[in-house]
Amino acid sequence: MDILQYTAAELGKKIKAGEVTVKEACEAVFARIEEKDKEFNCYITVDREGALARAAEVQKQIEAGTLTGPLAGVPVAVKDNMNTKGLRTTCASKILEDFVPSFSAEAVRNLEKAGAVIIGKTNMDEFAMGSTTETSYYGPTKNPCSPEHVPGGSSGGSAAAVAARECFYALGSDTGGSIRQPASFCGVVGMKPTYGTVSRYGLIAYGSSLDQIGPLCKDVTDCAIVLEAISSHDPKDSTSLDRTDTDFTSALVEDVQGMRIGIPRDYFGPGLDPEVREAVLAAVELLKKKGATVEEFELSLVEYAIPAYYVIACAEASSNLARFDGVKYGYRAKEFEGLHDMYKRTRAEGFGTETKRRIMLGSFVLSSGYYDAYYLKALRTKALIKQAFDKAFAKYDVIIGPAAPATAPKLGESLSDPIQMYLGDIYTVSVNLAGLPGITVPCGRDEKGLPIGMQIIGNCFEEKKLIRMAYTYECGRRKEGAEL
Amino acid sequence: MANIISDETIEYVGILAKLELSGEEKEQAKKDMGRMLDYIDQLNELDTEGVEPMSHVFPVQNVFREDVVTNGDDHEAMLANAPERREDSYIVPMTVI
Repeated sequence: MDILQYTAAELGKKIKAGEVTVKEACEAVFARIEEKDKEFNCYITVDREGALARAAEVQKQIEAGTLTGPLAGVPVAVKDNMNTKGLRTTCASKILEDFVPSFSAEAVRNLEKAGAVIIGKTNMDEFAMGSTTETSYYGPTKNPCSPEHVPGGSSGGSAAAVAARECFYALGSDTGGSIRQPASFCGVVGMKPTYGTVSRYGLIAYGSSLDQIGPLCKDVTDCAIVLEAISSHDPKDSTSLDRTDTDFTSALVEDVQGMRIGIPRDYFGPGLDPEVREAVLAAVELLKKKGATVEEFELSLVEYAIPAYYVIACAEASSNLARFDGVKYGYRAKEFEGLHDMYKRTRAEGFGTETKRRIMLGSFVLSSGYYDAYYLKALRTKALIKQAFDKAFAKYDVIIGPAAPATAPKLGESLSDPIQMYLGDIYTVSVNLAGLPGITVPCGRDEKGLPIGMQIIGNCFEEKKLIRMAYTYECGRRKEGAEL
Repeated sequence: MANIISDETIEYVGILAKLELSGEEKEQAKKDMGRMLDYIDQLNELDTEGVEPMSHVFPVQNVFREDVVTNGDDHEAMLANAPERREDSYIVPMTVI
């Protein structure tokens, strides 16, 4: 069997059994990248030399029996907004073109402790601001399922790299759907955990109160394994939670008997592509056959999530991105008159259009005279959205809906109308506002052959219910002989 | 309800955002921000009287740790990223005349 066909868990077992070496696994990935990445552009940086050196080291530790975990020796791709010590980290921006971090993100360190080998850094929307991976300074990523389409975003490079078998799994980050939506567009499994489950230390911040790191994988089993490996309580991130229930692989159980599924009518209304609707409802039908109960309900407030999200995310972004000033790292304008002019020109030349648009909006909604009307109003709306979810989870174990209103758009169709693009986040952003976990699982394809994803949303700390539900669905689909 | 963004507002926000926008970019920013605020104004339909603004989902407050240095001396790796440096200093344009 071709090494690239293995899931991360399967490869980990083969490596442990001595049937595949870590070097062979890495070489297979590099050959695949060599063959495909000129077209797909999943990676901004590929670290062949570093990965092979690391592979030799990991191989020794596996043979010595000091590295025994399921991810030992398995090659991984990391979204380029997570710091990797000694390896260029650009955030897909010109302003960080030559930035080499002096430390690694905690999630990356956790993977390294588990024996992961980092292949490279994946493409994304600049500073994770976008839904198509077209705002990258390093060119767009193409959807491996159909290269004239976008892979989604902002973790488009990570989702595409998994789908194109240019890695065995990847890390992404999700501020308003940036893991779940590209997972849906590329036909892979992607999960955003409860806010605070994975440390944000070393994740270059976009909207700090919303950002979470999570896995993009070939199947639900890999997703649980990776999430278990990256979750940790980290004193370096003051919003990091001290959880003792992060043994997510224990939830890989094929049984949803008696579990209650809520179907929000507002997630299936006008604006939803009929093929997406049909595929998601068929998936729910399968879960019903497996013994889950299904009930429709009104979630409410869905249309207010996007405006609230953009106010909060842009406000936080305008503050977070103030650090890029051309002084300590990154790009600096060549010509300027004095300090303030240096800041303004550096930022004007270093940031792309979408990033500037969001910094401007964020600066405006935080400015004196508008702070109450916009920023506080959005935070109050967020409280109401959280209450609506609390009410729903009093009745249901999980909520199921689509991850996006349609399958992947064609390249070049989205950026001209920002509000239209933002509307594509309608089913994902409220999950970030309420801090909830969400997972996307492939559940079919449309007539064009583009993947459709089902999104399962859980209450805070209830990732295990999501994993159990997603795993049961995946087992059921496999038995039906569907290609996932 | 249409939001008209004035030249003065864009100028002011440009200062807050520390962005030197070209004439064309300013015109675009006026349009974009106006449209975005029209859209955001939907929130005014919601009655949020008496609702506390929620900045964090979990009531985690005052997270303290001991003030102990745990990292090593990384100054060379950090300075290596400087756009301009001299020995152990960052070089910036003159700020005090």
